Amino acid sequence: MIGCRVFLRLSLSIAAVLLSLTSGSAFCQNGGELRFCLRSEPKTFDPALVDDDSSLSIRYLTGGVLVRANRKTQDLEAELAESWTVSKDGRQIVFQLRHGIIFSDGSPFSSEDVAFTMQRLMDPALHSSTGDAFRSGSGTITTKIMAPDQIAIVFPAPVAGVDRLFDQVAIMSAHSPKKEAAVLGPFMVAEYKAGSSLLLRRNPNYWKRDSQGRRLPYLDSIRMDIQPNRDVEMLRFKRGELDLINSIDSDYFDRLAASSPGLAHDAGPSLDPEFLWFNQVSNAPIPEYKRAWFRSVDFRRAISQAINREDLSRVAFNGHAQPAAGPVSPANRFWFNSKLRAEPYRPDEALKHLQADGFHLQNGSLFDKAGNAVEFSIVTAAGIKPRERMAVMVQEDLGKLGIKVNVVSLDFPSLIERILQKFNYEAAMLGFRNVDLDPSGQMNIWLSSAENHAWNPQQKTPATSWEAEIDRLMRAQASAVDANKRKQSFDRVQEIVVEQSPFIYLINHNALSAVSRAVAGADPGILSPQTFWNAERLTLNPPTRASR
Amino acid sequence: MNLARKLACVVVLAVCGVSLAANWLAPSGYARQFRDAPSAPPSAAHPLGTDDVGRDRFARVLYGTRISLLLAPAAALVSTALAALIGGLAGYLGGVWLRLARGFTDLFLSLPWLFLLITVRALLPLNVSPLLSVLITFFILGLLGWAASARVLSTSADALRNSDFVLQARASGLHGPRLFLIHVLPNLKPVLYAQFWISIPAFILSEANLGLLGLGVAEPLPSWGSLLRELEGLISLREEPWRLVPLVLLILVMTSFQLLLSNEEVAA
Repeated sequence: MIGCRVFLRLSLSIAAVLLSLTSGSAFCQNGGELRFCLRSEPKTFDPALVDDDSSLSIRYLTGGVLVRANRKTQDLEAELAESWTVSKDGRQIVFQLRHGIIFSDGSPFSSEDVAFTMQRLMDPALHSSTGDAFRSGSGTITTKIMAPDQIAIVFPAPVAGVDRLFDQVAIMSAHSPKKEAAVLGPFMVAEYKAGSSLLLRRNPNYWKRDSQGRRLPYLDSIRMDIQPNRDVEMLRFKRGELDLINSIDSDYFDRLAASSPGLAHDAGPSLDPEFLWFNQVSNAPIPEYKRAWFRSVDFRRAISQAINREDLSRVAFNGHAQPAAGPVSPANRFWFNSKLRAEPYRPDEALKHLQADGFHLQNGSLFDKAGNAVEFSIVTAAGIKPRERMAVMVQEDLGKLGIKVNVVSLDFPSLIERILQKFNYEAAMLGFRNVDLDPSGQMNIWLSSAENHAWNPQQKTPATSWEAEIDRLMRAQASAVDANKRKQSFDRVQEIVVEQSPFIYLINHNALSAVSRAVAGADPGILSPQTFWNAERLTLNPPTRASR
Repeated sequence: MNLARKLACVVVLAVCGVSLAANWLAPSGYARQFRDAPSAPPSAAHPLGTDDVGRDRFARVLYGTRISLLLAPAAALVSTALAALIGGLAGYLGGVWLRLARGFTDLFLSLPWLFLLITVRALLPLNVSPLLSVLITFFILGLLGWAASARVLSTSADALRNSDFVLQARASGLHGPRLFLIHVLPNLKPVLYAQFWISIPAFILSEANLGLLGLGVAEPLPSWGSLLRELEGLISLREEPWRLVPLVLLILVMTSFQLLLSNEEVAA
């Protein structure tokens, strides 16, 4: 009997130890402080006013949204909304909200908060860029509270891909006295030292739980140091002071991959293209004969064919880039036109195109019909090494056709002034940063009346028939609800852009990032925020957690 | 001539000589891109390796040295001439002219020169050849770099104006340009030389600063400024010390220029 009792006690003790170990292992996922850098000061903490990278990161980590685009699969996932339906005419979306959710300050979440957020976003006095994405036609956007857990949002005209736009809408509390400080996301702002750092603490009321029922996020806090210098950022990462780096330069990436394999992550082609274009503005202060070259599709196609994109990818980006096929990166799975291929390097073909357009070679130099030597300048932003390397390589490639290219690096404000205001340039090499997968986000580039229609902006009527066709197709895709019909229109836009080459797309650089060994659960992707898109599920290893 | 000055003289002459022989020493040229070997380490074909786009770094150092060493003295000549004209003349004339010149000089010195250079450089026409761009860059440096020298020269000329021998020359009936050319200017010579020699390294470094901002000499032409840009990524230097060669060369030449100054010029 005694033996039995001893055995029972022993069994209970072992069970207790096992239980504590199990619960310990569960507990050990929690806690710790994740650290990384913001490259600039956040301009705002108001989620409605966000339009800079740092503020976007903070909104992503603190804001609760109705639906979230998964940064890996690119699919929409339910968040605060359990489900949603878009009407057939694309003018209304109805959200069914989750129950029992509360803001970080304890105030309850309901459809009133969604209505308040939408009304605030659409306030014309606020000038919210997030709100602008919903403006589809004249008239106001109305909200109908159908129940505390159900709301309909009605638009004056159809909004293409309207559900996806809610990925950017962080819901604010209608009643909390803390205003935007009351959040529904996994973290909340705890401390901000201007110019120095920002501390986010876990939201104790965050609604999400993991598969074992544990409340997320696992981390206690996130510290973001404001550090614009990339060298310092990399040094601190190597010393173990930082856990993550987004968007690393290819040089640093290779060095890190060589010195610490496993920390550097190449997620493949990003959404961001690098491209070259010629100034076609009617009143630009450039000689008329040059404007005629730049307006000739044969000339632009020839330039495109004379550039060795494979070399650009391999040399300028150390192989961490892919030759670009067109305006949309293959990383954008749904909207990429898979029929398009990157222009191969064909200098002989390029010369034929040029000769067909009246150009001729003489003593190794190219001349036009009127005998003008073909010479132009390419402006680019100073200090962006890969782009400067590309410009030098394009200079050499075109030199083989007898074209003299002068590369001019300008400080960014001067460059923008020349490109967007004075139009005092001949060709420019820049890159776009795409944060939106949907083509409607590119209306400000493709519409001939748009300010960012860089080769010939703000046209009263389209200058060419193909620009008129692009206008028509972009408007058609923006007003259609059926995603396949929209894709058909946008596929054609991509084809026209490649045929006419107003932008000569060069490469799509890869999404490069770094994640320290201290972090578990990171799965860097191509969409922003690359490394911490799943911050609520990231954990730190025990030694790191103990040290912080 | 002391040993240090002799050594400095040898260094400057050797660097000038080697850079002038660039065509023979580095026949591949500074612009040719060996795209199969970007960022290559030193080898027999490329003694200092290749840069990010595969250009021979040895050739670029030689040609860059030629450009910086040729044009920096030219810019120094322009700025010293301007300084002599504004500062020297104002000091000699004295009175309201001296006050005006000093006010103007102080105003010029108070301008943030780097921003001024960037602004002036950005205002220039875009479509200029690399060679013309390098000439323009150094000419701008010369045009904008006179103020500090002018201040020194105005003080020296002012002192000379009130000196006994100038008073005696005046008493003897010598006036105007003749007095300036015969008695004042020759006595300003040590100061002028000193300002000229001091300006050369200052302009080389200014061009290097502009180069670091990507606003110096246009590609593909090399200069010390553009070569120093390779040092921006400090992390790589331990692995690729040969990238330090342009910096070592710059320090060597700058030090030699300082040592070349005579005691009289140093005192001036």
